Amino acid sequence: MRIVVPLKAVPDLVEEIEFTPEGTGIDREYLKFVLNEWDDQALEEALLVKEASGGEVAAVGLADDPDIDQALYTALAKGADSAVKVSGGGEDTHTRAALLAAYLKRSPADLILTGVQAPDDLDGQLPPMLAARLGLPHVSVVIAVEAADGSARVRQEFSGGRSQQLDVTLPAVVGVQAARQAPRYAPITRIRQVMQAGGVQEVTVQAGSPQPGLTIRRMYAPEKTGHAEMLEGGADAVADQVIELLRSRGLVKG
Amino acid sequence: MGNDVLVLAERVGKQLQDSTYELLAKARELAQAWGGNADVALFGPADLADQLTAADTVVSIDHPALSDYMPEAYEKALLHVLRERSPRLLLLSNATAGLDQGAALSVLWDAPLAAYAVGLSLDDGVPVATCQVLGGKVLAEVALEGERAICTVIGGSFSSATGQAAGSPEVVHIPPPPELDTARMSVQQVFEPEAGDVDITTADLLVSVGRGIGSKDDLELVQELADALGAPLSSSRPITDSGWLPKTRQVGKSGLKVKPKAYLAFGISGAPEHLEGMRGADLIIACNTDPGAPIFDVAHYGATVDLFDLVPALTGRLRR
Repeated sequence: MRIVVPLKAVPDLVEEIEFTPEGTGIDREYLKFVLNEWDDQALEEALLVKEASGGEVAAVGLADDPDIDQALYTALAKGADSAVKVSGGGEDTHTRAALLAAYLKRSPADLILTGVQAPDDLDGQLPPMLAARLGLPHVSVVIAVEAADGSARVRQEFSGGRSQQLDVTLPAVVGVQAARQAPRYAPITRIRQVMQAGGVQEVTVQAGSPQPGLTIRRMYAPEKTGHAEMLEGGADAVADQVIELLRSRGLVKG
Repeated sequence: MGNDVLVLAERVGKQLQDSTYELLAKARELAQAWGGNADVALFGPADLADQLTAADTVVSIDHPALSDYMPEAYEKALLHVLRERSPRLLLLSNATAGLDQGAALSVLWDAPLAAYAVGLSLDDGVPVATCQVLGGKVLAEVALEGERAICTVIGGSFSSATGQAAGSPEVVHIPPPPELDTARMSVQQVFEPEAGDVDITTADLLVSVGRGIGSKDDLELVQELADALGAPLSSSRPITDSGWLPKTRQVGKSGLKVKPKAYLAFGISGAPEHLEGMRGADLIIACNTDPGAPIFDVAHYGATVDLFDLVPALTGRLRR
């Protein structure tokens, strides 16, 4: 069984975000990029499926993503069997889905696991778009995957703690919300070893350039509608104030 | 070009989700401006049509494959309705069904999609969505020009009031398309939320903990405070994902919505998905060492002291 995990590098949300002079995009030049955290969950779930049922895991990135090499080498260090960099890129999901679909038509997968969403996928999420392009069944917001004999059993989550188990015929695309366990850690020394060994395969694909069809008029930081009144002092001083706030509302007796 | 707005009804058994009424309220507003109809696609038994009184038309498809929510069957049914009715705009909620359907239909129905909308209005007849991206740090204002579009909307963005107005919609039964007879997936089992655990939605006071706690062993510290306050312990998503607390304690979009008299947040940064579940609390007090954490934008009071100092200090005072 071949499991493909598409990865996306996204702006690190810890960083301050600046906007382009036109105000219709974010200034990416000085931003740090990290692996989309939902993709990290998908990679973990893919490695768990491989450990339970065998198969091989291929991590796939797009060549134009900033710092995608780091994400691909980390995936190899964590246990992915191969890493592939597909030519092209772009922030919008329509273009990314077209490039990845072109790659997957050439190198088909039994199971495609990727993050349910990305922090910057304004024009839609990758898993359903990729599935629609490949004509495959798809399930999103998944929190567990088991694979056996040409099908996958997935657990799909809803609001309010409800969930359901679905059996899906493979090949299929799954949008992972969370893996069954926290993503594993790859030691820096192991990542360095993997980098020295090389092993990221580069693939050139031809894909049309589908337009997301959105006209971005403006991008801006939300106006803060309010901000907490900050309680000053050390832990003891803050504790006194918190107790008083609760007491004044009758939530603490005495 | 159509002037109608179509909403996908999301149901849990015999009940429609609040989000369906929120979207229907917005659909009525837009359709009125366009001189079109506000329609709802209702899949499965048509018995819920009488709860959709604010719609102009309820478009119903019933088929065994639509008895539960099944992503593939819903996609086929919705695509069929879109082709039959050609609305100007499809509105979905940014929850599981919307995350399954929106992006797929953007390709299959060949329509642009604006995701994560928190606002939607018309500018000279053109729908303009305000979308929340990059963890809530950026708002994008996007115009959906062209003859058709899809918008997925974050829950709670619109009032549901006019979506529940009285009326007598026409119910149109569409024969199920033949592609519903074949499916590559099947629903095996439905899991309701675990019962027997505390109900965090009815508590007056909640002590809530997030990623900042760092390890499962340290959870005990916050549990002691919760016990001293007589309050249940709740959490943000990373804590339940790690299995440190049961899913029934998770506050937020994919967990539970809470509205206690006071919500104490320790080590929670305040991702939009979490804020969606607790911003209605009467009093929010947040403790986080990062002064820029978004939780402070919704909290009434905040402190940047270390939770490992503050929590024992609070517990000590309550035990005195």
